[in-house]
Amino acid sequence: MFNLQGKTALVTGASGGLGAAIARALHAQGAELVLSGTREPALAEVAASLGERVHVCAANLSSGEEADALVGKAEALLGKPLDILVNNAGLTRDGLIIRMKDEDWSQVMTVDLESPFRLCRAALKGMLRRRGGRIINIASIVGVTGNGGQANYSAAKAGMIGMTKSLAQEVGSRGVTVNVIAPGFVETAMTAVLPDAQRDKLLGSIPLGRMGKPEDIAAAVVYLASEEAGWVTGMTMNVNGGMAMP
Amino acid sequence: MSEIADKVKKIVVEHLGVEESKVTPDASFIDDLGADSLDTVELVMAFEEAFSVEIPEDAAEKIATVKDAIDYIEKQKAA
Repeated sequence: MFNLQGKTALVTGASGGLGAAIARALHAQGAELVLSGTREPALAEVAASLGERVHVCAANLSSGEEADALVGKAEALLGKPLDILVNNAGLTRDGLIIRMKDEDWSQVMTVDLESPFRLCRAALKGMLRRRGGRIINIASIVGVTGNGGQANYSAAKAGMIGMTKSLAQEVGSRGVTVNVIAPGFVETAMTAVLPDAQRDKLLGSIPLGRMGKPEDIAAAVVYLASEEAGWVTGMTMNVNGGMAMP
Repeated sequence: MSEIADKVKKIVVEHLGVEESKVTPDASFIDDLGADSLDTVELVMAFEEAFSVEIPEDAAEKIATVKDAIDYIEKQKAA
């Protein structure tokens, strides 16, 4: 089950905790990877820990041009077309709306919503032609539930969920599936900044009684990337320890 | 038949998997050749690639038949 041998995958944000775990899981199933992110040394480190079948392609997804070019560069490194796209890159610029700066809004929209759109568009050309492909977008529980202090981030992630559903309808007839995972609170650098009091409160609202591990999300990615998930598209997969059951 | 017309026909046959005899100039991609809306987008992209032309969205929308495609590409190539 879930064998990815002979498949190729591009993972954005692969130098982060979640991205690296996703890369490890896809790699363990046999996929050949292109790791992208802004921090080249960190990417190289992840690549080195995986060994063979891994390429590194740094890109700054704040730039539309770099986002547009990334899939082409990845396919050039692979020497073959892309089967699996994982849009995992994202950033937060938290704050209450009343104090939110324009650039905090626009930067989150650009990286978290616009760049996945650009990457999907670029990857689809080949996927449609080959009548198959897997797109997996990594959103967030806050895109489903909202979260005070994260209006920009939750708007971008909710946008990602809407985009996923639309795209799934557009390309389903070509055997391309498009799904989105909405992780709950996972132990990464992004959530490490939360104050203890908030962390305790969060834990209390998680029926399974613990924060998520990056591997919890990576396992969901492997499933959605697999042949076995061929009848699943447009789905929002909530992997959150039961914190929200929309 | 012009070289362009020949090539357009070949792309249509290949992409839509229809018999060559059905790809007449007046054949409509959607009504006669069984294309869906995504097929027409893919055809336009295939034409762009094959002929190194750019077909903007408003022009693409007007390409409904085989002849429409041939005429548009011939005009672009002549310009």
